[in-house]
Amino acid sequence: MSETYVSKEKLPGIVEQLMGTHRVFGPILKGQYHQFALLEESADLDLAFRNTRLSPKALFHPHSERMFEFTLEKGNPDAGILKEVPKDYRSRIVLGIRPCDAYAFKLDDRNFITDQFKDPWWVQRRESTTLVGLACNDPCSTCFCTSAGSGPFDTSSLDVLLVDLGEGYLLQAVTHKGEQLMGDLAGGESVPEHCTEQAAALKQSAEAQLGIQFNLDPVKQKSMVELFDAPFWEDVQFSCINCGTCTFLCPTCWCFDIQDEVYQSRGERIRIWDSCMFPLFTLHGAGHNPRDQKLKRVRQRFMHKLKYYPDKYADGIACVGCGRCVQHCPVNIDIRQVARLMAESCVCPV
Amino acid sequence: MNNPYLPYPVKIDSVVTETEDRNLKTFKLVFLNPDDEAGFNYTPGQFAELSIAGLGEIPIGIATSPTEKGYIMFTVNKVGKVTNHLHNMQAGEIMGVRGPLGNWYPWDVLEGKNVVIIGGGFAFTTLRSSIVYMLDSANRSRFGDITVVYGARSPGLLLYKEELAAWEQRDDINMHITVDGTDDPNWKYNIGFVPAITKEKAPSSENAYAIVCGPPIMIKFTLPVLTDLGFPAERIITSLEMRMKCGIGICGRCNIGTEYVCKDGPVFTLEQLSRLPNEY
Repeated sequence: MSETYVSKEKLPGIVEQLMGTHRVFGPILKGQYHQFALLEESADLDLAFRNTRLSPKALFHPHSERMFEFTLEKGNPDAGILKEVPKDYRSRIVLGIRPCDAYAFKLDDRNFITDQFKDPWWVQRRESTTLVGLACNDPCSTCFCTSAGSGPFDTSSLDVLLVDLGEGYLLQAVTHKGEQLMGDLAGGESVPEHCTEQAAALKQSAEAQLGIQFNLDPVKQKSMVELFDAPFWEDVQFSCINCGTCTFLCPTCWCFDIQDEVYQSRGERIRIWDSCMFPLFTLHGAGHNPRDQKLKRVRQRFMHKLKYYPDKYADGIACVGCGRCVQHCPVNIDIRQVARLMAESCVCPV
Repeated sequence: MNNPYLPYPVKIDSVVTETEDRNLKTFKLVFLNPDDEAGFNYTPGQFAELSIAGLGEIPIGIATSPTEKGYIMFTVNKVGKVTNHLHNMQAGEIMGVRGPLGNWYPWDVLEGKNVVIIGGGFAFTTLRSSIVYMLDSANRSRFGDITVVYGARSPGLLLYKEELAAWEQRDDINMHITVDGTDDPNWKYNIGFVPAITKEKAPSSENAYAIVCGPPIMIKFTLPVLTDLGFPAERIITSLEMRMKCGIGICGRCNIGTEYVCKDGPVFTLEQLSRLPNEY
């Protein structure tokens, strides 16, 4: 696959070029935190960021999505019949996404795209998007992508990888889509000597910095029921306040609710992010609640990520190691510790 | 692109109050577009999302059998926002149906077998579908003996009373209708809880499968009876209920272990459930 080089002073020009043909989304500093948003001008793009506070999942699975609209007008022959709403699927580029966050979309694809049912909004946004990732030269202390099946230079879910080499960026095409995008770019330079080697060295040093922080192989050997009944959940859940921050920030937490909203005689069916941390998530109409206690909800989240998902798809875990939940948990629950407990703790009665 | 979240528009054809407490009504629905009806190919045991614009959706078992053409039927218990509204709707009104959803009772496996159906209360809907399906003249010869134990708290709480009476008259189905108790001197069927009546009637487990649907307490006490009768866990089939939204295995809500109840279920054997976390 081809490579090209863009010096930092030429980047705004390249971004503007892309903005002429695509809708370009990138990290923008909003208040204290970075966030992925549509670029109004190239100067908004800020690639000098660690990562965004919210994961970029909203680009494909918005926090609230209008699914259908309807009228309730008396006498209208269409009253009560749901209609699809127009969506903007013009081609777009997500610029500067971290490799772990892009990998999350691949894990989520397995949920949104199955042989039997395809989520139309997810599929069409995925198809119309080119992912241009930014390699992590300097991971955070809360990062653990290398333990979660991804890595700081992971190209498995990207179309193009950008590597920050100080004075400029090395662009490596990964897919045919990425190759095409780079082919259309004017302003790229031939790759200066030693740049490829420099990028390889950065990759090696970032990976070494991350190390392997847990090994979930033993979890595969244990049965769901055995882990479910393990005593350590009591300790894990002790400090949790079920605030749902972890699920909100997580790039692989895709659960959603569907609600109808009505204003006068018009209404919409919308879907909104939901969280397994909330008791209402599983409350039956008749009053029964299978996950009526905090322990059960905390256990559900970790078990889904680290045991149910891997067992269901026989590959991967539903976590990419971005570390957002570790950074922002108000009571310092660390999924790495939970993973180690699940892998190492002896659940047999001593 | 086909949108699996979009309900088919249907018209309410009739509404029947099933029980004396007036908490259960049966809605007969007719598709507005003939193409939608042709696309709605279901098998007994499946469910659908009933949709009311402005209120939301509810997952309800399909009570008709695919052998009954021209309409679909749902028996709905009045418990929440959508069901309360639905109970006030009238024949002629428009609503939506999305489905069919979920898996079904394993009819290919049940072929040539004796089938024991055990139901309690208002969980009899997909069991009605199953009985009608098996009794259809084109299907009856595919199955061995059919035994039904169906109970409710009182005679007035039984669903589909006319059909129950008609099935009682047939000689190709063994009906055991029961109530927990009654002061009706003319009550001509059994009195006793479903587990006790199952034990008393002792349907043979030889070459047989049991389908059990009912309130958790009924299931809890019926399972040991079936085990004593010799039914192994692989031949005891049940249908789970969970809070659901999408119904197509995407929204994550009804997840138990590796399974989504809405897509991988709701029908499971007891043997399958023994390998899943007990969280339903």
